[in-house]
Order: sequence, then structure tokens, then C-alpha cells
Amino acid sequence: MFKKLPFILMTLTFVLVLAACGSKNDAGTEGAASNGSGEATAELSGNILAVGSTALLPLVEQAGQKFMAVDEYKNVTVQVQGGGSGTGLTQVSDGQATIGNSDVFAEEKLEDEAKVKELVDHQVAVVAMAPVSNKDTGVEDLTKQQLVDIFSGKVTNWKDVGGADKAIVIVNRPSSSGTRATFEKYALGAKMDDIQGSIQEDSSGNVKKLVAETPGAIGYLALSYLDDSLQVLKYEGVEATVENVEAGTYPVWAYEHMYTKGEPDAATKAFLDYILSDEIQQNDVTELGYIPMSGMKVKRDAAGNVVQ
Amino acid sequence: MNNKLKPRRPLKEKHYWEEWTGRIYTSICVVFLIVVMFSIVYFVASKGLSTFFQNGISISEFLGGKTWNPTGEPAFYGALPFITGSFITTLLAALIASPLGLCAALFMTEIVPGKGKKILQPAIELLSGIPSVVYGFIGLSVIVPLLRSIFGGTGVGIAAGCLVLAVMILPTVTSIMADALSALPKGLRESSYALGATRWQTIYRVIIPTTLPALLTGVVLGMARAFGEALAVQMVIGNAPHVPTSLLESASTLTSVITLSMGNTTMGSVHNNALWSMALVLLVMTFVFVILVRLLERRNRV
Repeated sequence: MFKKLPFILMTLTFVLVLAACGSKNDAGTEGAASNGSGEATAELSGNILAVGSTALLPLVEQAGQKFMAVDEYKNVTVQVQGGGSGTGLTQVSDGQATIGNSDVFAEEKLEDEAKVKELVDHQVAVVAMAPVSNKDTGVEDLTKQQLVDIFSGKVTNWKDVGGADKAIVIVNRPSSSGTRATFEKYALGAKMDDIQGSIQEDSSGNVKKLVAETPGAIGYLALSYLDDSLQVLKYEGVEATVENVEAGTYPVWAYEHMYTKGEPDAATKAFLDYILSDEIQQNDVTELGYIPMSGMKVKRDAAGNVVQ
Repeated sequence: MNNKLKPRRPLKEKHYWEEWTGRIYTSICVVFLIVVMFSIVYFVASKGLSTFFQNGISISEFLGGKTWNPTGEPAFYGALPFITGSFITTLLAALIASPLGLCAALFMTEIVPGKGKKILQPAIELLSGIPSVVYGFIGLSVIVPLLRSIFGGTGVGIAAGCLVLAVMILPTVTSIMADALSALPKGLRESSYALGATRWQTIYRVIIPTTLPALLTGVVLGMARAFGEALAVQMVIGNAPHVPTSLLESASTLTSVITLSMGNTTMGSVHNNALWSMALVLLVMTFVFVILVRLLERRNRV
């Protein structure tokens, strides 16, 4: 009996691995197949796989849990995975995922224009970012030009922008990051090259820790990460608050997108509508530090044009 | 009679089938394993090589270019900063960990063989069970502020990275070295003592020279682990894509750039392919490490 035990265990793992592969494929094809038909039945059912942006992950996960708890949608399964905006857009456009979560417009990430046209954009929330610095810098307000000078490496000491005599340490995001793209596009107005000696971190937690602890550090964070351990900098004299973002006076913000390939099927549409419903927008969205879509008094397109 | 014969025939048949099910089962597993390995190598190679063949980036630009700016206009895909970063951190980590590992191994096998091994071995093996995020976080919370208060500046950089890595590879280095030392034939040690050599003389004149190839295997395997480690290093090294001019300046390794950017880029884009090329460089380096270990093992046998 015991001689066979390792064999049994190995067979079991083998079968489990194969089964896991199989079920994943099933979910993918099912999602893709039901995309086209889009028939509305009395009782909705299906598998929704949402992949992508880690910034959007907490919201989709929480909304997914609530959605599945609703009696009407109990036959719909929502699976949520991270992996980054690029992964999300790739997988939704290849049909592997039902929904691709992204921090940026697909136009900014996907190189193939034909693929962009297939995708349908569903904007579910807004995320705003604020420049932050270490508390010892003696600066509370920076203009756009000052920020450009700092992030392009032209200004290397805080005294040149009206602060203490301290070297500037840039805590940046990797050049592929959606957060960095938003900050560069709407706060700086141009792409910046990486400065020798700058620090790059992808996780907001690490950025916050490094900016709070490193003397002379500057970085940028989503509003949900701001607290007293950091000096939150005003941008052109405007404070980064939810009201200012909604009114359109504070420009450093971006939509959180949930892309589907073509129009979503009934179950997916129900889920997207559920996220945009007041129940999620007024509670979960604000709790998790995003700004609800309904409050926005301005709109923006992929090219960055703002409409009142 | 009948009752005595009956159990024997099924038993024989049973063994026959056991033999064959075992053979078939192991063969299937081996084939599966080989297929998986080859498909991984094929996948990484086809993705990594498409940077050069499809996107038209020259290999010399990729391996020798100092500028990494894949989102710029024009884009630059020079991976030299990451290759140098990986090599420097790995070598420094090995330089720190090898003497420590050797001393720990000598302590366990030569100096206090009984109790020393009982206490030190599990303690060191425990280190390998700690997840690398935890190492990274300890590095970020302890080593980076420490370096910052001693040397000034930001504290992040290659120095922090190799200190974290040194601790991470210590279990590998120590346990392989300890195995090598305890596998040494007793006779060598005893004849050295019989000639009147002290314990220290025996260690550095007899034991270390004879086991040197096996000891180096430990170092090389430790380096292979350090070369492939991503998460912990990524948290403390700073990740700026430049060739560093000092140990306390922000730098990146191949793995840290891959983990930072892979998810943010779309499959098939040049940026993504360039990251796969870096993965290919890592794969090739692992092959080199494996070959090194094989060569050392061959020398060890003679």
C-alpha cells in the first residue's frame, strides 16, 4: 500500500494539473463564444473573466463578489485577475478574457489599430494622482514648469524651486506604467526620460514608503494613498481633492477602463451595469479611493481633449 | 493443493502488471516533462529572438546599448545597464555569501560536527523557506535606511541589492558546501592528524583543496539563484535603467526590469519582445551556470 502512495499522489497532481488547464480553456472559449450571441435569458449565466490593471483590481474584485451574491445573477461566475494593463488589453483582444482592465485608453497601449477598433470601452471610475514629496523639502506648491524641470533633471536641488537646500531624489514609475503615463501626460505635458540616479518602483506602497523616508524625495501617488506621512503638493496652486477633479480644475486624473471585445454579452453587460449602478459607485468606488463616474462634470477622450 | 496453488498465479500476474504500469507511468511523466521543458525553451527563444528578426533591432545594439528608453521617440533598446547590474549584484552577493557559507559549513562538519550541525543546519535551511517578498521588505525597511544613514544618499542601489541576495543564497551555498565536506573520505582527515597536523592545518591544507570543486559548485549554484531572483532585488535596487557609477546609485537587473514592465506592455509589441529577449539572456546564463556545475562535478570525480 505504502509503496504505491507516491504513485497515487503523482497521478493525482498530474490529473489536477490537467484539469486546471482544461477548465481555464473552457472559461475562455465560453466567454468568447457567448460574446457573439448575446441572447438574453430569464436567468443569466456564464463565466466572466476580468484580467488586467492592478490599480483597478480591488474594485472589480469587490464588485464581483457583491454581484455574485445578488440572487438574480447567482449563475454568473466572475473571476478577477491582475497582471497589468498591457496583459489585460492583450488577453481581451485575443479572446482569452471577457473583460480587459486598463488604466489607459487602448489607443495608447495597443500598436495594432484594427485591434483597438474591435474593443468597446466601458469607463467605470476615475483615478486622480497628486505629486507628493518628503516632508523636509519645504515646498507645498509646484507649477507645471517646476515639475517638468524636476522630472527632466534640469533642477536638482529643492532650493531652486523655493524650498530647503536639499538634493532632489525622484521616485518614479517604470516607463511602461499607466500611472506614469497619466502623470506625464496631464501633469507634465510630455514624456520624460529616466534620470540617472532616479528610483523606479511599480507598487504604490513602495513609492509611498520611499518618498516618506528618503530625504528630498519626490513622487506621485493616487489619492487613496495620501496621508500625513507625506507632503502632498499642490499643482499650479490647485489642491488634489475629489471636488477639484470632478469640477475639472485639477487635471491629473485618468479613467479606469474595462474593455470588452465587441459589445458585451448579457451576463457581462449586467456586470458592467452593476459596477456603474449607484450601489457600487456611491459605496465601493469611494471607499476604495476612486472617484465615481457620476460625479464627473468633465469628460475626456483618448487624445486628452476635455469637454465640459 | 488447489488452495495453495491459487494465490500464486494471480500474484505473479499482479507483479507483471505492476511492472508494466510503473514503466508506462514513468515514461508518460518523462515524456510530459521533456515536452514541457522544450516548449518553455522554444517559447522564450521564439519570443526573445523576434526582437531581432521581426522588429529589426540588432543584437549588438541590444547587448551593448547603454540607453534603454522603449517609450521614447526614437526608442532605444539597450540592455547593457541591466546585464551589468545583474552581473555585479550576483558577483558581489557570491563574494559576501561564499566565505560566510564556507565558515558555516566548516563549523558544522569539522569544528563542532555533532551539536553544531544539529542546530546550525535547520537554522540555515529555515532561511530558504522565507518568501522573497519578505526579504525585499526587510531590505527596504532595514538595509536601505541603514545604508542611507551610513553613506547618505538614498540607500537604494546595488549595495542594498547584493546584501539582500547574499542572505538569500546563504542556505544554498552552505548546505552544498556542508554536503561536500562531509562526503570527504575519513582517511584523508585521519592521516593528516596522524602526521601531526593541527585541525586548522588539516582544514586549509587538506580539506579545502581536495573539496574545492565541490565547494565551488555551491558558489555557482548560489550565483544561479541570485541571478534569477527578481522580487527582493526589485524592491531595494532602485530600477533606474542606467549603468551605475557607484554601488549606492540606483541600478536595475534583468529580472527587476522584466517584473516591473512585463504586465504593463502588450504582447507582441517591441517593448514586450525586448523583455522576452532579456528572459532569453537569463535562460542562456542559467545554461552557462549548469554547464559550469557539470564541469566542476567532472573535476570533482577525478
